[in-house]
Amino acid sequence: MFQIRIHGRGGQGVVTAAEMLSIAAFAEDRHAQAIPSFGSERMGAPVVAYVRIDEDPIELTEPVLRPDLLIIQDPTLFHAVDVFNGLADDGFLLINTARRLPELRIDDALARLPDHHVYTVAATELALRHLGRPTPNTALLGAFTALSDVLHLESVITAINDKFSGDIAHNNVIVARAAHDAAQAG
Amino acid sequence: MLQQIEGSAAVAQAVAACRPEVIAAYPITPQTHIVEGLGDMVKRGLVGNCQFLNVESEFGAMSACIGSSATGARTYTATSSQGMLFMMEAVYNASGLGLPIVMTVGNRAIGPPINIWNDWSDSMAARDAAWIQLFVEDNQQAADVHVQAFRLAEAASLPVMVCMDGFILTHAYTRVDVPDQADVDNFLPVFEPQQVLDPLAPITMGAMVGPEAFAEVRFLAHYKQLEALDLIPRHAAEFEALFGRDSGGLLKSFDAEDKSTVVVTMGSVVGTMKSVLADMRQDGLSIGLLSIRSYRPFPKQQLCEALAGAKRVIVFEKSLAVGMGGILAADVRMALANLPIAVHSVIGGLGGRPITRDNLRRMLDKGVHDELEEPHFHDLDVAVVHRELERLRHIQRPGPSAESILRDIAGAEAIARSSE
Repeated sequence: MFQIRIHGRGGQGVVTAAEMLSIAAFAEDRHAQAIPSFGSERMGAPVVAYVRIDEDPIELTEPVLRPDLLIIQDPTLFHAVDVFNGLADDGFLLINTARRLPELRIDDALARLPDHHVYTVAATELALRHLGRPTPNTALLGAFTALSDVLHLESVITAINDKFSGDIAHNNVIVARAAHDAAQAG
Repeated sequence: MLQQIEGSAAVAQAVAACRPEVIAAYPITPQTHIVEGLGDMVKRGLVGNCQFLNVESEFGAMSACIGSSATGARTYTATSSQGMLFMMEAVYNASGLGLPIVMTVGNRAIGPPINIWNDWSDSMAARDAAWIQLFVEDNQQAADVHVQAFRLAEAASLPVMVCMDGFILTHAYTRVDVPDQADVDNFLPVFEPQQVLDPLAPITMGAMVGPEAFAEVRFLAHYKQLEALDLIPRHAAEFEALFGRDSGGLLKSFDAEDKSTVVVTMGSVVGTMKSVLADMRQDGLSIGLLSIRSYRPFPKQQLCEALAGAKRVIVFEKSLAVGMGGILAADVRMALANLPIAVHSVIGGLGGRPITRDNLRRMLDKGVHDELEEPHFHDLDVAVVHRELERLRHIQRPGPSAESILRDIAGAEAIARSSE
């Protein structure tokens, strides 16, 4: 079972990202579960969502406590919330940032992760360019398909087209593809 | 059709396939997405000639449901938490009049302190309202059991609540095979009401009944619920024959046979519990699980049969009768009164507190050695409680405890962060 925890802030599409990941997994005939951890749903408040992907039916309903992948939609959360809690020593980290890793001041967490397990992508900038609003979720999903082979980019695109329609779907697909190509190992 | 879908959307589609004629609902978290989904489908003309009534409150919702059901229309609504309390007088009227309304309860805590997360306080507050209450473990069952609920309600002429854990199920995206229209039409006959308000053939419903007959009318309500103990497994078997899925029924054993210890619970925690108990059996412990799927009527006899070989039962529930203890535990104890089985009561998951494999395992490791206090409050932060009790003892006007405990926890977290 592959477990993902997504950290972001209200308004960044954290819950929608988790739902799309589960739809992408379904498109690959896998079992998947997306569970939001709702707080008061207000813009800017820290939000967490969980995804599980497996070959077999998933019965667990506990929060994802030991994620294989952390997706960080807002790097300011590194110093507000214990985002690294439970991350496996061979886990993956995907960060939305246009900055270089040393500038994020998370050296302790990075030190215990293997090479090529930490990726960054300037998801907010890509979203602003193609969507006209700072919603980084679809860019991060595109980038996720670059850092691991858990899901294919085409499945994420299927999920985007399932969730959205028209220009919004079209532009989010552009964002996901661009992020897939732009994701960098830190 | 097999879909990756939000639980609420799956329920909305399943309800729509049941061809409801009237839906009257008021939005309240976490059931809102269900009635929003249905409202959208009705507006787009996808639910026959169903009328969706926007009402001013939950009291209005259930009152409208009573009126529509009394005229012989298949009627549906949904609610949660405070919404259930607000409609409560009408909830009793619906069952007292024998109206086969189906209502989803997106199970949520009741405040104060205000809390939008999951426990069973709302449907437990309606425990004695003479509705049938069916609990579901996952979203496949949530979709399937709604189809069975309409069949049951109309066969018994009783209202049915389908209880699904708020957020954990209502907001989870999982794989659900949403029942197809043709299959639902095969399973669910056209509604033939047992009583109809019709201006051309007037009758009185809701007579005042004095001491000369009240006991008899109430006994009949009890008797009719017990009759549902036969209908529920029969419908589940028919459903399984038609849809190929085990959903519904009175209760379900997961390796409970011939085990020394059996955990009894309901709802979505069953999934996590199964995983913990599988680990414990791997470690050589004799432990199994029994999930109650029909909470009202309560399957006393079937429970006794399923637990006959057990030495101890650990009842895990997301509900608390303040001043007494576990509510489900009291029911289980009453059912097992004549059997030599120790029953331990565990109360957890209140107000959405995460129930994890780790904290369940720690609790059950004590439980199998009869080391749990009675009742046991699962994952309770005893230190926080002690500090608050001390404060209440020593301050003349201590103020509300909810705010005080929040300050206490925020302070402890700040200290933990600064020491990192």
